[in-house]
Amino acid sequence: MTTDVNVTQMRQAYFAQTTRRYLMIAAVFGLLALSFFLDVATGPGKYSLSTVLDVFIDPLSHGVRLKVIVWDYRLPVAITAVLVGALLAVAGAQMQTILNNPLAEPFTLGVSAAASFGASLAIVLGVSVIPAVGPLLVTINAFVFAMLTCGFILFATRLKGVGSETMILFGIAIFFTFSALLALMQYMASEDQIARIVFWMMGSLSRASWEKISLGALLLALAIPFSLLRTWPMTALRMGEATAESMGVDVGRLRVEMLVCISLLAATAVSFVGTVGFVGLVGPHIARLLVGEDQRYFVPLSAIVGALVLSLTSLISKSITPGIIYPIGIITSLIGVPVFISIILSTRREKLS
Amino acid sequence: MTLSISNLKAGYGKKQVLHDISVPNITEGTFVGLIGPNAAGKSTLFKTLAGLVPPTSGSIQIGTEDITHMRRKDRARRIAYMPQAFGCNALLTVFESVLLALKQTTGWRVNDENLDRVSDTLNALGLSHLASRGISDLSGGQAQMVAVAQTIVRAPEVILLDEPTSALDLHHQLSIMTSIRNEMDRKKPVIMAALHDLNLAAKFCDRLVLLREGVILADGAPDHILALPDIGETYRVETDLERTKRGALYVDARLPA
Repeated sequence: MTTDVNVTQMRQAYFAQTTRRYLMIAAVFGLLALSFFLDVATGPGKYSLSTVLDVFIDPLSHGVRLKVIVWDYRLPVAITAVLVGALLAVAGAQMQTILNNPLAEPFTLGVSAAASFGASLAIVLGVSVIPAVGPLLVTINAFVFAMLTCGFILFATRLKGVGSETMILFGIAIFFTFSALLALMQYMASEDQIARIVFWMMGSLSRASWEKISLGALLLALAIPFSLLRTWPMTALRMGEATAESMGVDVGRLRVEMLVCISLLAATAVSFVGTVGFVGLVGPHIARLLVGEDQRYFVPLSAIVGALVLSLTSLISKSITPGIIYPIGIITSLIGVPVFISIILSTRREKLS
Repeated sequence: MTLSISNLKAGYGKKQVLHDISVPNITEGTFVGLIGPNAAGKSTLFKTLAGLVPPTSGSIQIGTEDITHMRRKDRARRIAYMPQAFGCNALLTVFESVLLALKQTTGWRVNDENLDRVSDTLNALGLSHLASRGISDLSGGQAQMVAVAQTIVRAPEVILLDEPTSALDLHHQLSIMTSIRNEMDRKKPVIMAALHDLNLAAKFCDRLVLLREGVILADGAPDHILALPDIGETYRVETDLERTKRGALYVDARLPA
């Protein structure tokens, strides 16, 4: 009977597709592992790959000096790159889904600008929104302002008649507001303070520490199962709000839950490394092209691609001029944008042909 | 299983849209056509039945069970509602998009039974050749068929279709209505469809409900309803009900002189 043939074929096609997706995720993960290792192996001190691998396995195999370089300097930076890339990309992926807009990410919604303002407030005035934080002053201020912005976005989505386009407009408004406030802080700042603000805004992995890594990893470990539990409603949301609701999804509640989760991720990532635009956009975008938008594959792969992008950025930032580490914010944009555009154009051509 | 709607009132904020709607005893395997001009309250009635708009009073019953205030997710298992279609740019295949509709009310993991149900549904609607196609690449008619597939894959007791044939050419209109009719004969759900084309309604429906400004004007067999003077009055046209050579009902409508 033709019916049974059809059913078997459809199931086989679905299994083949699922297998391809798992392989794709595994392949990108392999690239990430490679990039991560190269990132650890690269730096001002030239050591062979095998030496670094030895220290990796047995910290003291080549003496204390190498242990300190690999474990205390390079590893935290490399892990932070992976973590922050993953956090930003997951935040971007979810924002794009719940706001139904491919341009949504922490940067375009003004979260990064708010964090920069928070950081500058700490740098210039020494004002902390939370007392007695000591050396974490700048980070915590950045975090609080990023969270406040996310809170505002959350509040705005609850308003009647605010659609996804309006949300992006809100984001742009937030971006300009905090940019102006930031300019004001720079106007009031001393030369030394301006330098610190500018450096903070450029985004840097040199602020890595094991405490920050633990916190970031914990958040990611909580966020991924949280998102995976909502994978079917989130995929339904890609069919449009009306369709998702008709399937029994409580869209309003889903939005709030996801925005709370995303806010934490975005605010944490941004307060750790400063402004790193683009990863939240490019990670999900590449993931989407590779595995589509079934959130079971899309969210994990977004995280892995985001991590890979920032890990490669970290590697490149050390490799351009020996002895100099360029701020990652500059690299992500300068190298990432042309690569990104070429990806978009090449896939467009494929689709048209 | 019988669907009964009694004295239902609903609206948005202070604006009441449905005034005392009662449609008693819709027995299983009945195809009800909901007809009436734009803004008559057809979509609102569907949304109220689907639990997306809370009723201010009245009740909805399936069999002897009152589902008026049943939670949205539980209700989605019993009543499947297809809203009016708008395009969608998601990167999902047809198979995935029908699977996700099913997975809203079944467990997290995809099992064999889920895959069988999706395959069967696509087969029944003649969509199996499109299973691996991206939904954003579909034509209007194909997209509409996929939306119907998303609705019937859940095997609900009540299916609500909001203008399933809008924006379709004649061939697709007939094929979608025939598929719905076949589904009816296979699984005997209650189907209600909002339809603008009275001739299509006459051809496929067992019962017609005429709605205007949130009030039901008439409810009954197509040949009876379409012959009523209310039809012309409601749509602000002049109508005659005729029979074609093949015996089909035909509504001849023209603008009043």
